[in-house]
Amino acid sequence: MRTEGALGLEAHGLTVRLGGRAVVDRVDLAFAPGAVTAVLGPNGAGKSTLLSCLAGLRRPQAGEARLGGRSLAVVPGKERAHLLGYLPQSPEIAWSVDVRTFAGLGRTVRVGAFGPSDVDRAAVARALAVTQLTDLADRDVTTLSGGERARAHIARVLAGEPRWMIADEPLTGLDPSHQLDAADLMRGFAQAGGGVVVTLHDLAFAARFADRVVVLAEGRVLADGTPAEALAPDILARAYAIDARWTSGAAGPLLEVVARR
Amino acid sequence: MRRAAPLNVIFGLLVLLAVLCAISLIAGRVWIPLDRLGAPGDPQWAIITELRIPRTLLALAIGAALGLSGAVLQGYTRNPLADPGVLGVSSMGSLGAVLTLYFNLTAPGETAAFAIAGSAVGVLVLLGLTGSAGGATTFLLAGVVLNVIAEAGVSLALMLSPDPWAASEIVTWLLGSLSDRSFTDVWTATPFIVAGGAALLMVGRDLDALTLGETGARSLGVSLGRTQALIAAGVGLACGASVAVSGVIGFVGLIVPHLMRGLVGGRPSSLLVPSALAGAALLLAADILVRLIPAASEVRLGVAMAVLGGPFFLWRLIAIRRRFA
Repeated sequence: MRTEGALGLEAHGLTVRLGGRAVVDRVDLAFAPGAVTAVLGPNGAGKSTLLSCLAGLRRPQAGEARLGGRSLAVVPGKERAHLLGYLPQSPEIAWSVDVRTFAGLGRTVRVGAFGPSDVDRAAVARALAVTQLTDLADRDVTTLSGGERARAHIARVLAGEPRWMIADEPLTGLDPSHQLDAADLMRGFAQAGGGVVVTLHDLAFAARFADRVVVLAEGRVLADGTPAEALAPDILARAYAIDARWTSGAAGPLLEVVARR
Repeated sequence: MRRAAPLNVIFGLLVLLAVLCAISLIAGRVWIPLDRLGAPGDPQWAIITELRIPRTLLALAIGAALGLSGAVLQGYTRNPLADPGVLGVSSMGSLGAVLTLYFNLTAPGETAAFAIAGSAVGVLVLLGLTGSAGGATTFLLAGVVLNVIAEAGVSLALMLSPDPWAASEIVTWLLGSLSDRSFTDVWTATPFIVAGGAALLMVGRDLDALTLGETGARSLGVSLGRTQALIAAGVGLACGASVAVSGVIGFVGLIVPHLMRGLVGGRPSSLLVPSALAGAALLLAADILVRLIPAASEVRLGVAMAVLGGPFFLWRLIAIRRRFA
């Protein structure tokens, strides 16, 4: 691999205009591996657009996303795919394939010309084991339940052994227990040295699960810091137009939404 | 889900092809019992070498081209209803070929070149339209438009044809057939079909990645520009050359990947080789069948495929509907 050691992911003056409107507006952010960063913000704040730029899948009109100091615009697609695993919002699964084959798609750029090697098979087996899908490996992925399917998508990213996991609302539509499963998998990935950038909608969940929270509003960074700092009541009032306050619960902070502004 | 390993399916199809080839050489208006075949001077040899061998080879090559193109187009569009016929690639090829008949360009390479150019234009229009907008619906609608344009062009050529002989030539050719083809046709079409097939066999991994959609595939490192170029070249060459020699033969590219998906599963890359082999087998079997139907003149292969393929496809659609209901 080209770059060893800490491989930072950064946005520099990143700007994306869609239909004349700056959806992402001069965003400067630096992410370090080994931590989970949650990107929060109201609908239309530019979270997904920011993530697709960080994943190298969208060219910004101004500024750039950098990986290990290099602009993602000049990183070849295959090298990018080695380093960055991306989970799109409500991902598509077009054909009925078994779970093992599906997870193996994460290694598309790693598999040699003559098909999967033992190394590839071992990586897929590990990814299935971590996501507790080993028993379902021969099942058709389109017949899995929502929670199992979310794990299969994470297994697909893990199988590729990337340095970064960029996930766009991976917890949406999951029940609380499956949310915890998926969050644990992302935490585990970060503890093993990977970097995680994830968009979420559940503020209280983000406060417990993320090391760092970035709040976007109208394409700008409104707050960036620990969950307690970035989700302070005045920030939430400005970002979401809600009156909310944090109270301490038995398992961690609880967010009480009092009223709409 | 119990599924056969792709290698077993490929082996089974090869055995089936060998049997069909043997039948194809002896079956037809004149039955040629192999054990009573005389010395090389025997006139029955002429039937085999001059008529049946080229016809068999063409059925194999064209069937493989159509089956493989169908599997690739279905994989790329993520839609089991895509095939060169539905998407207008075949009719664009036939428009190219009809123009050569209309202008009376009869050199052997010319029909092929025009048909390939027509098909390639068709694929490029499809990919160009969907490259930016995306979506299987756009793709199928673009195919409908291409079919309409190509059919209008063919009708115009028929209407304006100054020479009644050329008009009847066009009509006969449009129905699709492999009868009375010679080795010249084999040498005209096969190199292009082989080259196109080789290009199409290179996109298997990209098609697998497209299971995750276009964004998903790009995030996995797939360069969709390269994929599209290979598909345009591959389908253009393989289908264009096929259409140039046989006229339009529909349904092979539609039905065959469907059947193979039931045997080897949904993974697009493992469908490619089985679809090529099964396409060859299906077209050869259909061609043997039309030779054996007792009729004043031989039933056209394109017509026979439509008669068999239409109801089959309807039945599949009903089965799919029932599963979702």
